Amino acid sequence: MAADTVRGVRKAGRYGLLVVVAVVVLFPIYAVVMQALKSGPDSLDHPRSLLPVDLTLSTIRAAWDQGDLGRLLLNSVFVSVLVTIGVVVTSLLAAYAFAFLQFPLRGPLFVAFLATMLVPSEVTVVINERTADSLGWINSYQGLIVPSLASTFGVFLVRQVFLQLPGELREAAALDGVGHLRFLWEVAAPLSRPTLGALGLFTFLGTWNAYLWPSQVIRGDRSHETIQIGLERLKNNDISKINLVTGGLVVAALPIFIMLVLFQRQLVRGLTAGAVKG
Amino acid sequence: MNRRLRDVPWAIVMLLPSVALIAVWTVYPLVKAIQKGHLRCDVTGTKCRDAGWGRYWDVFTSAEFQHALGVSLKLMVLTVPVGLLLGIGLAVLADKHLRGIGVFRTIFSSTVATSVAVASLVWFTLLQPQIGVFADIFSGWFPVVKNPGLLNDANTALPAVALSSIWANLGFTFIIITAALQSVPRDLYESAFVDGAGSVRRFTNVTIPMIAPTLLFVGVVLTTRALQTYGEIALLTGGGPNPEKPTTTIPYLIYGRNSLISNDLGTKSAAAVLLFLLSLVLALVQFRGLEKRVHYGR
Repeated sequence: MAADTVRGVRKAGRYGLLVVVAVVVLFPIYAVVMQALKSGPDSLDHPRSLLPVDLTLSTIRAAWDQGDLGRLLLNSVFVSVLVTIGVVVTSLLAAYAFAFLQFPLRGPLFVAFLATMLVPSEVTVVINERTADSLGWINSYQGLIVPSLASTFGVFLVRQVFLQLPGELREAAALDGVGHLRFLWEVAAPLSRPTLGALGLFTFLGTWNAYLWPSQVIRGDRSHETIQIGLERLKNNDISKINLVTGGLVVAALPIFIMLVLFQRQLVRGLTAGAVKG
Repeated sequence: MNRRLRDVPWAIVMLLPSVALIAVWTVYPLVKAIQKGHLRCDVTGTKCRDAGWGRYWDVFTSAEFQHALGVSLKLMVLTVPVGLLLGIGLAVLADKHLRGIGVFRTIFSSTVATSVAVASLVWFTLLQPQIGVFADIFSGWFPVVKNPGLLNDANTALPAVALSSIWANLGFTFIIITAALQSVPRDLYESAFVDGAGSVRRFTNVTIPMIAPTLLFVGVVLTTRALQTYGEIALLTGGGPNPEKPTTTIPYLIYGRNSLISNDLGTKSAAAVLLFLLSLVLALVQFRGLEKRVHYGR
C-alpha cells in the first residue's frame, strides 16, 4: 500500500516536471503564434497577448502582403526541391561508382572525398561569392542552387547502403546483360529507399533553412530571395509593426513543422544514424 | 580489355558530377582562400600585395580577430555545456514509459524544426525592449530587459544570443540523446540493480558511460555550430551593441554587412582559414581527449 503511494507520488512528480519543462520549451513558439493571431494593438498588449482570445488572421495576411511571402515561399520551394533532386541523383551516381565499379585509385579518391566533409561553408563562402560573381550568378537561382548540388555526406551515406547489398545481385544482373544505369535505377536505388528518403529529407531541410550562402549570393533582389533571408525585411519595418514579423515567422515555420510531423520517424532515424552505435 | 580498367569509363561518367561540383565549390575555394590569405590590402581593399605566410600571424594577432576569437570562444562556453546538460536532462526525464510520453517527446524535439532565421527572429521579437513579451513580463525583476533590452546591453547581448542558440539546438540534442538512452541494454540496469546500485549510481555508472560516444558526438556538433554562428548575430544584434561589439563572432567579422573587413578579401580569406583550423583543432582535441574515456560498446 505504502509502496504504491510512493510510486504514485513519484509518477505525479515526473508528470509535473514534464509539464513545466514542456511549457518552458514551447513558450517562445506559443507567444509568437499568439501574437501572430492577434490584430495590431492586441498583439502588443502583454501579457494579454498570450491569451487565446480575439484571434484573427489579419496580421498574417498583412505580413503576407507586405513581405511578399508568397513569392519568397515559392523561391524556397523551387530551390529546395531542385537541390534535393540534384543531391539524390549525384549521390546515387557517385556512390554506385565507389561501391560497384573497379577503377584505379578508388580508395584514395574516396578518402579525399570524405576529407572535404571537414570544410565548413563558413570557410568557402568568401571565395564562392567571387566565383558566383564572375559567373554572373549573383541574384540568380543558379547561384542559390548549383553550389549545393553535390553532397559528400550523401555519397558516403548511399555508398554504405550499397555495400550492404548482396554482391551476387550485381553479378546476376551483369550475366543477364543488365547495364550499370539500369541496375542502379531498377535494383540498387529502390532497395535503398529508406536511406534515400532520409537523405532527401535532410537535404530539403538544410536547403530550406540555409542562411549564410543565400544571404551572400542574393543581394537585395527580392524576386530571388528565399524565405529565410526575406523575413528580415519584416523586422526592419517600423517598430510598432513588429507583430508583422510574428506573422512572417508563422508562415515560414509552418511548412517545416507539418513536414516534421509527417516524417518524424524518418527524421529521427536519419539524425541518429550517424550518432548512435549498436 | 584489362579487367581492372574495364569500368573506368563508367566510373568517370558517374563520378564526374559530384567530383566537379565539389572541386569547384569546396576544394577550389579552400585552396584559393589559403592563397589569398597571404594578401595585405589597403583600406579600400583594391590594392593588395603578397605578404607571405606571415600575414596569417598578423591577422591572427590583429585586434579585430583576437576580439572575434574571444567572442566565439565565449559563445562556445556559454552554449555547449548548458546545451548538453539540458539535452541530457530532458532526455532522461522523458525516458520513461508513461502514458502520453510521446506528446512530451514531440514537444521537446520541436525546436529542431526552427531554422537559424526563424529561431533568431522568434527571440528578437520576444526580447524586443519596448514591445516584446519578455520586456513586459520580466522587467519588474530585471530592468535591463526593458532598458536598454538584453540585446542592446553590452553585458547581456552575448548571453541573450546564447539563450536563442541553446533553445534552437535543444530539439536536435534531445532527439540524439534519447535515441542513445534507448539503445542502452536493459539487462545492464538489471544487473546493476541486483548489485545494489541506486538510481544515481545506475545513472553515473551505467547510463553515462554507455551514452558517452553520443555525448561526444553532440558536443562536437554543438562546438562546431557555436564557432560557425553567423545568422543569429546578423538577425539579433548585427555584431553590436557598438562600440564594444560583444557579439562580433569570427563568421560575423568575415561576412557581416557592416564588418570592418568586409571589403578586404585578403584579411577575410585569412580569417576564414584560421576559423577552419580552429574548428579542426577543437574537434581533434575533443576526440583525442575524450576517446580514451569513452566506451564504444561492442
